[in-house]
Amino acid sequence: MLPTTFGPWLDYTINGLVIGNIYALLAVGLALIFGVSHLINFAHGSVYMVGAYIGWLCVTKLALPLPVTFVTVAAGCGLLGAVIERVGLRPLRNAPRIAPLLATIGLSVVLDQSAQLLFSPDPRALPTQLPTWRIAIGGGSIGALDLLIAGVGIGSAGLLYGFLRFTKLGWAVRATALDRDAAQQCGVDVDKVNRTVFAIASALGGVSGLLVGMYYNTIDPNMGFQAGLKGIVAQLIGGVGNVPGAIAGSLLLGLIESYGIALFGTSYRNLFAFVALILILVLRPNGLFARARRLPPEPLTGTFIAPSRPLVLPKWAVWTLAALALALPLVVQQPYLLQTLGNAWLYALLALSLTLVAGTVGQVSLGHAGLLAIGAYASSLLALDAGVPVLLAVPLAGLVAAALGTALVYPAFRLRGHYVSIATLAVGEIVTLVILNWESLTRGPIGVTGIPPLSVAGKPLVSGQWVYWVPLIVLLAFAALQSRLLNSHLGRTLRAIREDDVAARSYGVDLNRYKGLAFAVAGFIAGVGGALMAHFYSYINHETFPAPVSMLALTMVILGGLGNVAGAVLGAAVLVGLPELFRAAAEYRMLIYGVVLLLLIRFRPQGLLGTV
Amino acid sequence: MADQLKNSLPKKPLLEIAGLTRRFGGLTAVNGLSLTVETGELVSIIGPNGAGKTTLFNLISGLDAPDAGAVTFEGGDVTGLSAERLAALGLARSFQHGRVFGNLSVLDNVLVGAHTRLRAVKPQIPLVGPLVELALALIRPPSVRAEEERLRAEATEIVRMFGERLTPRLDKPAHSLSYANRRRVEIARALALHPRLLLLDEPTAGMNPTETAEMLEIIRGLKAGGLTILLIEHKLDLVMQLSDRVVVMDHGARIAEGPPAAVAGDPAVIEAYLGHKAVGAANQDGPNQDGGRDAEGDAARILVAH
Repeated sequence: MLPTTFGPWLDYTINGLVIGNIYALLAVGLALIFGVSHLINFAHGSVYMVGAYIGWLCVTKLALPLPVTFVTVAAGCGLLGAVIERVGLRPLRNAPRIAPLLATIGLSVVLDQSAQLLFSPDPRALPTQLPTWRIAIGGGSIGALDLLIAGVGIGSAGLLYGFLRFTKLGWAVRATALDRDAAQQCGVDVDKVNRTVFAIASALGGVSGLLVGMYYNTIDPNMGFQAGLKGIVAQLIGGVGNVPGAIAGSLLLGLIESYGIALFGTSYRNLFAFVALILILVLRPNGLFARARRLPPEPLTGTFIAPSRPLVLPKWAVWTLAALALALPLVVQQPYLLQTLGNAWLYALLALSLTLVAGTVGQVSLGHAGLLAIGAYASSLLALDAGVPVLLAVPLAGLVAAALGTALVYPAFRLRGHYVSIATLAVGEIVTLVILNWESLTRGPIGVTGIPPLSVAGKPLVSGQWVYWVPLIVLLAFAALQSRLLNSHLGRTLRAIREDDVAARSYGVDLNRYKGLAFAVAGFIAGVGGALMAHFYSYINHETFPAPVSMLALTMVILGGLGNVAGAVLGAAVLVGLPELFRAAAEYRMLIYGVVLLLLIRFRPQGLLGTV
Repeated sequence: MADQLKNSLPKKPLLEIAGLTRRFGGLTAVNGLSLTVETGELVSIIGPNGAGKTTLFNLISGLDAPDAGAVTFEGGDVTGLSAERLAALGLARSFQHGRVFGNLSVLDNVLVGAHTRLRAVKPQIPLVGPLVELALALIRPPSVRAEEERLRAEATEIVRMFGERLTPRLDKPAHSLSYANRRRVEIARALALHPRLLLLDEPTAGMNPTETAEMLEIIRGLKAGGLTILLIEHKLDLVMQLSDRVVVMDHGARIAEGPPAAVAGDPAVIEAYLGHKAVGAANQDGPNQDGGRDAEGDAARILVAH
């Protein structure tokens, strides 16, 4: 039902501006960090979540007065920001550009999972001590909290402006943002600038989390993921690294969301932000307020991916390992073990797919779980609703995932580096949101039940051994195909794009064509993987393949070595198989993945088997 | 090295640039520049740092698009054409600071140079073309394997031009090479394209005198083989020895053009390199013995000496 009078629209506007103010607190911090360190900080959302929890402790456990709560949150998160910079990012200053990006992802997982372990995954109420009066304005109304949020937003913008404009450290920050090396030559302590910027940004982010907790009166350990993304979207709308742009972008995003909800309903809320993100990246990749186009500067060699010498397994070793893996069910008969390893092989398909695009072509996709979801839904719905035999539905699902996946990521082909990661992350979220909202096709939040198992000649392959063998055989087939692909002219062409896309273009390599090919092959492999998962699990819904699965896949790929086929299989076996076999408690698993990712980036960025 | 010259278009220059302009905000990096390169000619572009030489290369090679002006290559208008299309037309370039593919072997780097010549790459039909290419890469019929073998042999042959410097490192990743060797790989990669026109952006930057002399011989050999070359270079003795014609750029515009000897004596050129006062000083003092050791110092000395 559309509101027909003016009053509700005023409410939506006020609501949009309030939410926009909250996004602004996040986006300004992200813009400052990007300004001095050219890094899109994926851990920013987690700092925001920590801010909300510090606030919750202050309000409910310590019963502190509101101003003290604010100061505590800002101080606590500021400190956290400085620690993140010192421990997580400074050691990576001279590492390839991909390293700090991945480190912020790892930090974000560690923070979110620690909060989940400390405070339980359940949402908690964060009551506000503010009075509940509301001022009526022309049919709408404004409450005390709205005014507080607006006040904090405008106040911090003012303070920040004063700091950057009138203090010596503020000048140093601006100088570093303009030219880091020149600033350092002039005696600016760049480390101090970085620390300060992370502290300020994190303090603002923490306060933002506290305000959101109060606004909705609920907080949970995973609240940071979506919020961090929104901050990134807002910052991109305004143009990365542009502080006033970030504020304008945030208010705009808040309004878009608020009006969007008014027109279409709450369940579409996040869709607007991500569609807006894709549109901005495609139409105005430098933001709404950016100036002229510029050619990216010439890099020295291999700036995005670390130089490495891969470990090449001899042919006989590969054949022996494959034969041993195939023979395992003849020796080992525990169904639990076989099922676990079978699951690891299914995840290895995802890792194989991701290592092709992230490793071989250098397009670090953070939305790869979306391809699994497309494959799983395509195969299940083809089998259930269209009556296609499962054996045919699985490869068809692979084709659907290849086509849809490539089409969805196509707008991001013109992007580079961190922007690809953000765009693919958004595409992954869009897939989940479409599955949730397109009820007539996907059955919405209920999910798909009673998915038939894979069967050959009427005999369902559900017993212990087949749960192991089917994924393994499919995996070996795809691994062999991918190795063959990497040995052909396509292998060196794809890797040339990763190493230096400008030089590749100058030698006639059409980037769209080869990125499209890589995503299509990757989509097919992941789609088949997702389809097999659906037929083994027999039930899927929009939460079967959440964003952390994409993170897990990335960890597998980095553990094995970027672009390394054997490495992808090894990574999946280690990260899915080992925790299961050691019976590590499920709630610690994601934390372990996050820590593994951080340690790898710091100490062995080329992975166990090396970048190919 | 170059393909057989086509005789269908006699006297038509291979590359013709007319009124090319590129602005970056308030700065006009290339300002109404015109230039022609005849088939088989070696034309050098010199000028102080920031004169717009590399921007000009980016405009010619399709990595950047001009704000005004036109580029004609082999009689066809190629203004604003993408880099990948220009590569397919036979235009190859090296980069000022070196852009080799770090994690690829020397051989693979050179083979990427031959990318446009692969038969599997040729079908340009959307959707079908890439799928055919994928199928050919996976199935690898005898024709594809033979082509790959032939190109490998040819790439090895090109690398051999650089003698003992590169040949033993054929299978080493390019990131393990010295700076000078990366520049050599870049040139080898450009030659694998079988270029109709080769753009070299400071091929001897960072090389010592011995290495520079070797590079001079290689470029001389390429020229003798009939290859058309457009060269940006700061080391003027090399320019003087190799060029048929020299174009001097300053502030994005052409300030002089002609045979090497004529350009070297041009007061406008000396002024561009040494500043206004230096023109008079140079005329009085003769060769400047205390010139800097950098390339521009060299340039100034040679200009004044002429």
